[in-house]
This record gives sequence, structure tokens and C-alpha cells, in this order.
Amino acid sequence: MAMASLKTIALREEEHQGLSGGHSLCAGCGIPPIVRTVLGSIPGPKVAISATGCLEVATTRYPFTAWGVPWIHVAFENAAAVASGAEAAFRALSRRGKLSEEPVTFVVFAGDGGTYDIGLQALSGALERGHRLLYVCYNNEAYMNTGIQRSGATPYAANTTTSPVGSLGKGKAERRKDMTAIVVAHHIPYAAQAATSHWQDLSRKVERAAQASGPSFLNVLATCPPGWGHEAKDSVRLARIAVETHYWPLFEVVEGHYRITHRPLQQRPLEEWLNLQKRFSHLHGERGADLVVRLQEELDDSWAQLVQRDASDADWFRALEEAEA
Amino acid sequence: MAKVELALQVLTGAEATAHAMRQIQPDVVPVYPITPQTPIIQTFSRFVADGKADTVIVQVESEHSAMSAAVGSALAGARTMTATASQGLALMVEVIYIAAGLRAPIVIAVGNRALSAPINIHGDHSDGMLARDSGAVQIYAQDAQEAYDLMVMAPRIAEHPDVMLPVMVGQDGFQVTHSAEGVALLPDPDVRDFVGPYEIPNPLLGGGASSHGTFAMPDSYFELRHQLVQATEAAEAVYAEVAQDYRRRFGRDLPQIDAYRMEDAERAILLIGSAAGTAKEVVDDLRAEGERVGLVALRLYRPFPHAALRAALAGARRVAVLDRAVSPGAYPPLYSDALGALQGSATTLQSYVYGLGGRDLSQRAVRRAFAELALPAADRIGYLGLGGEDGDGEP
Ligand SMILES: Cc1ncc(C[n+]2csc(CCOP(=O)(O)OP(=O)(O)O)c2C)c(N)n1
Ligand code: SF4
Ligand SMILES: [Mg+2]
Repeated sequence: MAMASLKTIALREEEHQGLSGGHSLCAGCGIPPIVRTVLGSIPGPKVAISATGCLEVATTRYPFTAWGVPWIHVAFENAAAVASGAEAAFRALSRRGKLSEEPVTFVVFAGDGGTYDIGLQALSGALERGHRLLYVCYNNEAYMNTGIQRSGATPYAANTTTSPVGSLGKGKAERRKDMTAIVVAHHIPYAAQAATSHWQDLSRKVERAAQASGPSFLNVLATCPPGWGHEAKDSVRLARIAVETHYWPLFEVVEGHYRITHRPLQQRPLEEWLNLQKRFSHLHGERGADLVVRLQEELDDSWAQLVQRDASDADWFRALEEAEA
Repeated sequence: MAKVELALQVLTGAEATAHAMRQIQPDVVPVYPITPQTPIIQTFSRFVADGKADTVIVQVESEHSAMSAAVGSALAGARTMTATASQGLALMVEVIYIAAGLRAPIVIAVGNRALSAPINIHGDHSDGMLARDSGAVQIYAQDAQEAYDLMVMAPRIAEHPDVMLPVMVGQDGFQVTHSAEGVALLPDPDVRDFVGPYEIPNPLLGGGASSHGTFAMPDSYFELRHQLVQATEAAEAVYAEVAQDYRRRFGRDLPQIDAYRMEDAERAILLIGSAAGTAKEVVDDLRAEGERVGLVALRLYRPFPHAALRAALAGARRVAVLDRAVSPGAYPPLYSDALGALQGSATTLQSYVYGLGGRDLSQRAVRRAFAELALPAADRIGYLGLGGEDGDGEP
């Protein structure tokens, strides 16, 4: 499959900007590059469906909109259901000859709260029903729009306004859930994890996802300077560190088969990830040594499992590539 | 006026509703099952499975998603219907408000049923009242025939350019949804011709790039919500227009207010839904005994037909308002609405609640309400049938 080059994406944007500037997302926010890469990597008409959250609020203050594609937001917990209905309408109207033959891509953009937590049921239903839609979770690991509350995606030990560090509190007491695995358990044709630091990897995954014969899912790590307590200038660097510490591995799951899409040459120490973010400042230095050990163990376990899956599915991917070539 | 003569079929309200859906052939129907709505969606699913209706049914995982998918579908240019009841309607309510705000013309068939706790599957109007202030139009049928007729009329009201709102078509759980009676269905082509093609602009798939469901600050929210108020108000005239066309074409008269033997009535009962049948029988009996009594039953509940109700009750000195829902700690909804409509008039109202959780309204109870209207007004809510079907609600 020929991959969209940066030039193709730029040209597509020039022709038709999916998300323009003038919105009020923060400097260094990971969301805009995700949305622009996703929309720029899909040819043809698209419909965007958003859940309530930073993206929706910051891009559509009435009477303005930053969206250059048809866009709808209904509520926080139901973006996948809204998309299901729009996709069903597309099928119904096409069948009755009321639309042109051209395929339309339905793309959902929802935060981690709207995906891992309150929107999980609607997402699960949509995946099980097999609607043709691409669901993109921009994952900034907390409810940012309402002031940095913990979510099911917030990592162990992170300081948020509802998992505060105090004389007793040590940040979030629970592990983040493995949403990508939950999605994969729905037997959908395509799911992947991506990060803004590796835009080509993201773009290629979007292309694959958009061509899938059923639902597809992308879980994309999105930096958040106010929420994570990092410098805006460090956004891309931080995303890269997340990948290279194995905190956020880049992989894809095609028809249930796992493949690591970027293997860091060398695993960077977890401290590099933690030390750039104030949400982990209680772990910096000796004070948080125990918690860091626990975090490191979790990452190592997950990575080992992923490597194993990747190895056992290697033949399957070889056969797929031969078939595609 | 051309009266169409049609053979009667024995159908329940739910089946009659499914037939209306088959004839209208909506593009998309997202649904989730709940008693007493289930026979609507089961019958309709069978029609689709047998190739009698060409509709995409989306079997969603909850009513919240049913209504959400309906909004996505409606904004993607598809004629969209759904059906629910009770807890399902409660789950939908968040999205019904949004559907109204987004001006999505979705028709929602409701088998009106009580709300938990305790859980109860039988009829009352508590579920509909949850959506009372959503902006959605609400119409209520008295029997299976009306459930059918109103369902045929509903898309025309929902899709009218002055309205563009969800329309809820209510029928009492079991008393209408599950009661078989003679129903005259219109010929399929007549229904299709009456409803007409779906001509709403298509925001998501129509080739433009507009944004829907945006974020509004205090500088614009009030004005945008006020537009919704105006749209809901406009539905009153549109209902009248659609009902008139229905009568002209098919000879069936379903005015927003059913005024029964009100010509010279001094005392009247005001209510909504299937209890109108029982009340009419009592009115006939009392009339035969020489009493000047009548009944007013609302078909259109939202928008509330203030002026029409005032006109219908103009000659009545005393009116018993029978609510099939409560507002604990306050007067019940229909009573409060009627009070607003009649302010400044000489008519005085008496509030009663009846029939919660499917309890039948007995003729004795209706007689008692009429009898009490001859006594001095009491500043309290009466509970008809509390403590047993003929109970008087006294502890
Ligand atoms: C039913 C409901 N509950 C709560 C909220 C309040 N709320 C709006 S956005 C939001 C958090 C969104 O978090 P996420 O999905 O992670 O997106 P982000 O803000 O991080 O972009 C919350 C809690 C709501 N709008 N609706
Ligand atoms: S708070 Fe975070 S997620 Fe929200 S706009 Fe700012 S950077 Fe982006
Ligand atoms: Mg978030």
C-alpha cells in the first residue's frame, strides 16, 4: 500500500482543510496534529463525529467553527452511537439511490474519558454491530476539559485533581485499563496504537483503518501541557519518549494479529518520561522509587507480551504482505 | 369530504403502529426492546425480514444509543423513527433534549409505562412527562386506531419546516399497546402519498461542511434555545393543518382536543389517553340522567393548546383534571398546565391523580369525580382508585 507522504497530506489540506486554525486548543496540545493527520490521510469525503471534550469545545464556539468537513457533536458518552446512526443512514440512502456512489468515511474523535469510561458501552455496541467507521481516541490520559480529573486511562501514580498527591494520597491508586485490548476483543478488522511523534506511522495506520471492511480503532497518545505539567515545546519529544520507554508502544492488530510497527533501538529509562511531567513530580528522585519500580514492571510485562505476540504472528503478516504484493 | 371505507382488521395498538411504520418505510430505525414497546419493534422487524419494509434497523445496545443513533441518522438525511417506553424513555431523555435542540425530526413511538421503583411494566404517563420540557412534540392516542392515525400524521408534523422537531406518539401501555380492536388501515399508497418524500436538507451527507451541536456561550445560548421554543409553539398550528388534511383525505377527525358532549356542559373532566373511553361512557350515562357533563381529552400535549383548551372549557364552571402521573410535592403536570391555560377565566379546576402503574380507572371513580365537582372546591389532590380500583384515596 502506497503511503501518503507529508506532501500528499499537505496538498490534501491545502485543497480541503479538515481542521483549520483559530481554535482555542492550547499551545502544545496533542489533539490538532492527530486530527489533521487523520483527516489528511483519508482521501474522499469524510464526516467527523466528536464526543464532548476539549476538541469539541475549543473548535466550535458558536457562531464559529474550525471544521472544514461536516461535523456533529451530540453528547459525551454517545459518539460511537451517533456515528452508527449516520453510517446506517448512509447505507439506507445509498441503497435507495439517494446518494452518489462515492464512499464516505465516518471518523469519530473522542477523548479517553469519552472512550475508556462513559462512552465504552456505545463504542462496544458499535464495534459489535460492525459499522464501517474509524474511531480515533485522542488519549491525553484524563478528563482535561473539566479540569484534569482522573480517568480509566490515567496511569498509575499520576497526580490529577481527583487523584491528588497529599499527605496520604500518592496519585492514582489504580492501573490504566488496556483499552486497545478491550477493542481487539470485539474481533474488529483493525486496531492500533499511535503517537504524534511518529506521524508517518499514524498516517499509514489511518489509511489501513479507513480501508478496513468494518469498524477500526486508533488509540493515539495526545500530550497535554496543562494536564501533564510539561512545557509546550516538549510535546513531540515527550510523545517520542513515551514510545521509546515502552510506555506507549506502537503496534497494530490486523484481524486479531499483532505487529509492532516501531521498535525503539534501545529502551530509554522510564525516568526520562516521568521527569518531564509535573503530574509525576512526586516520583522524581528517591521519594518515588517504589512506585517507579512498580510502573516499570507493568511496562516490561506489557512489552514482553507484545513482543511475544508479534513474533507468533510474524508468519501471518508475511503471508499478508505477499498477498498484497 | 371523501370518507374512505375500509375493512377493519383486529390489531393491537402496537401492531397498528408497526403497520404505520411499514407503510411509511422510514430509512433508519434504531431500537432497543422494552415492554410494552416490544410488539411494535417485533412486528416491524418481521415486516422488514419479510421484505415488506425496506428499512435499515439498527439493533443498538441501549435506548441512549437508540436515540443517539437516531440523531446521527436524521442529521445524515434519513427519515428516522424509534420506539420505547418507561426506563428506556428515561435513558433517552438526555438525547431527546439534544435532538430537539439540533432540530432532528425523529418520530418516537412510546408505549407509555410507569417508572421504577418499584419496577412495573404497566401503563401510566410518568415516562412521557420526563420529556415534557425537552422541546419534543407530544401527542397521545386514545385507542389503537388513533395510535395508527397519529403515527401516520407524525412525520408530517416533525418534518414541517416551521417545526423540525422530534415527535413522540404516545399510547397507553397494555391498555392500548396490547388491546386488540378493529383498526382500519389506510391503503399503502395513500399513506405514502400523505406522508410524502423526506425533504429535509442533509447536513452531514449533503455535500456541505456545516457544524452541528456546537458550543454556545451566554452571548448566544439564550437566543438559540428561544428558537427551539418558537419551533415547539409552531407545532400547534402545524398539527391542526396536518389533522385537517388527514380529515379531508380520509374522513378521520383527530383534532388536538377531543371535546365530547361539551356543548352545554357545566362540569367536565380533562384527561389524556385511553381513559377517555371510560370517561365517555360515564358522560353518556350521566347525560341520560339529565346531568350537564362532558369530557375534554387532549391529543396534543406539547405544545400545550392553551387557547383551544380555554375555548373548549369556556362554558364549564368546574373541571376535574385527571393526571396519570405525579409530581411529588406539587400539583401534577396536566393540572398545572391547565391552570396556566385558564388563568383569569371563570372555570375552577380540581386535581386528581389516577391509574399509576396500570391501575384501571373505574366508572365509579369517574362518577365520583363528577359528583365532587358539585361540592365546594377542595384545595387538595384527589387520588382516584388509591386503595383499590374503587378506592377513594382516603387513608
Ligand atoms: C453525561 C456527562 N457527564 C459529564 C460531562 C462533563 N464532561 C464534559 S467533557 C468531560 C471530560 C472529557 O474528557 P475526555 O473524554 O478525556 O476529553 P478531554 O477533555 O480530555 O479532551 C466531562 C467529564 C458531560 N458533558 N456529560
Ligand atoms: S487542556 Fe490539554 S487537551 Fe485540552 S486543549 Fe489544552 S492541551 Fe489540549
Ligand atoms: Mg482526556
